Amino acid sequence: MDIATFLIQCLNALQYGLLLFLVASGLTLIFGIMGVINLAHGSFYMIGAYMAYALAPLVGATFGGGFFSTLAVGVVLSVLFGYALEWAFFSFLYERDHLQQVLMTYGLILVFEEMRSLIVGDDVHGVDAPPTLAGSLPLGELMTYPVYRLFVSGVCLLLAAGMYFVFTRTRLGMMIRAGSTNREMVQSLGIDIKFLYRLVFAAGVAIAVLAGMVAAPVSSVYPGMGNTVLIVCFVVVVIGGIGSIRGALLAALLIGVVDTFGKVLLPQAAGVLVYVLMALILLWKPDGLFKVG
Amino acid sequence: MDGIGIQRGKLAFVLLVFLGLAAWPAVAGNYGVDLVGKIMISSIFALSLELLVGTTGLVCFGQAAFFGIGAYAAALLMSQSGSSSLWWLLPACVVCAGLYALAVGALSLRTRGVYFIMVTLAFAQMAYYVVHDTPLGGGTDGIYLPGKPGLGTWLDLDKPLAFYGFTYVCLLAVFGFLALLLRSSFGRALAGVRVNEQRMRATGFSTFPYKLASFTISGAIAGLAGFLFAVKDGVVNPELMSWHQSGAVLIMIILGGLGHLRGALIGAFALALLEEFFKSEAVFGAFAKHWHLGLGFTIILSAAMLPRGLVGIPALWRERLEGRARALDAKSSSKEGIREAVV
Repeated sequence: MDIATFLIQCLNALQYGLLLFLVASGLTLIFGIMGVINLAHGSFYMIGAYMAYALAPLVGATFGGGFFSTLAVGVVLSVLFGYALEWAFFSFLYERDHLQQVLMTYGLILVFEEMRSLIVGDDVHGVDAPPTLAGSLPLGELMTYPVYRLFVSGVCLLLAAGMYFVFTRTRLGMMIRAGSTNREMVQSLGIDIKFLYRLVFAAGVAIAVLAGMVAAPVSSVYPGMGNTVLIVCFVVVVIGGIGSIRGALLAALLIGVVDTFGKVLLPQAAGVLVYVLMALILLWKPDGLFKVG
Repeated sequence: MDGIGIQRGKLAFVLLVFLGLAAWPAVAGNYGVDLVGKIMISSIFALSLELLVGTTGLVCFGQAAFFGIGAYAAALLMSQSGSSSLWWLLPACVVCAGLYALAVGALSLRTRGVYFIMVTLAFAQMAYYVVHDTPLGGGTDGIYLPGKPGLGTWLDLDKPLAFYGFTYVCLLAVFGFLALLLRSSFGRALAGVRVNEQRMRATGFSTFPYKLASFTISGAIAGLAGFLFAVKDGVVNPELMSWHQSGAVLIMIILGGLGHLRGALIGAFALALLEEFFKSEAVFGAFAKHWHLGLGFTIILSAAMLPRGLVGIPALWRERLEGRARALDAKSSSKEGIREAVV
């Protein structure tokens, strides 16, 4: 492996890891803060990717805009969607046993996948990268690297930084952190915890949808893509330690590196490497890398 | 209803189910016998997980690995040895699954909660990739069984009725075994681990061997279900070990109701029959190909309205009736109170 290939694989690993982090961060937040196991989280990623495909012509017709207006419309829609979803299906699940939540969200996966099949069909689609980002950068003498992949990494980094800021530096973040530690106490201090939860949930949904939309030009859009990403994201969440954003970031990058280089160096065992890594880490640290609380 | 009455009701329910299953081939056609045979295999699979999740409180998300190992062991052992005697084949397959469960349990029981769920998934995925990506398991195509196992001339599992009968006996044996196990002191200890492991340890139980034993037994029973499945279909493929399979069986027992053996039976039957119902073109016409939608909404509704699963419906009813009776009592007594005050 020469240096240019190595560099390209590093960039790919970074991009994949950051994308995983975006989806997994919503999962770890909803799980860590609200205590809900949300199996339907992968579906939001799938919905995002399909939005990037299906919304683009609609948005183009109404606003005359391109890729970025589609992103904006998608985010607004997903916040509304997440807010309504929390109200309808999750608000009464907090007191329940985890396994009841598993049952409920499993039902949601079935419904989302079938809705997708009804509305958009079961075909595999490609989504074009926006023309402004469609080029590639030369790397070494023979290799090039697509600009769009760099853009994906950039968006993910920006969002990660934004999340970190909101959580550690703002009043809202403080309330959310407090709410995850002691729900009743926060409530008795006069903070509307239900609204706060709904907000966190909607934000988690929006981030997953955004990740799906941004990933669509890189990964193409296909049925069942949500389930694939869901399992990997659960792996990220537990390796990082449930509820820990920092842990999720580190774990996602780790998985990105292991998966990408596994596919290059050990293609026969690429699929299983991620799970071997998880088993090893959890046998070494039974509560993940960064335990919260 | 008093406590003894409820106990009798439960016993009567289980007896009725098994009597109904025994009588089923007499009234049903080929398709019906085939379908219920398949559901009985799922029931054994679900019972194996119920021992772990419902009784011991360990949520395993890798049960399909043991199921798949039972199935693959059947295919590999039959084609390697050339023998098809049930006498040694069945125990060998069950032992294979049990041994893998013993190894997985010994490692993964160091973790708890969601971490345990994910470690068991990891080990199941490893088994999945071994049969999927190595020459051992024949890749994505899987392996065909060279024939059907049997016992000489007097049991030939190639005949649908014989297979139905054999599956029925297996289900009955597993149910009976687990029912006895749960009533033994071992079963009580497992329940203790579920309710409060700390306290169990404080009272002098070393809980780890109990959990490991439960995990191993559960894996072995799942292996039995996998063996039956392989014999029924005559072919094994990696999908038997996929996490979808582990998820489906978990959904079965949650839907049926955790903490009761009959919940696993009810869940296995309910999920399969619901699927059959929403898939039937006679009822839904062209919409039948979107059967996931109906199934999904039914599952959501059941999660929302039945916190104890399908098994909890009678209790829910009783509580509602008692609540109504109490409300009536309260109303009449408050009227009397008013009358007294007036007088």
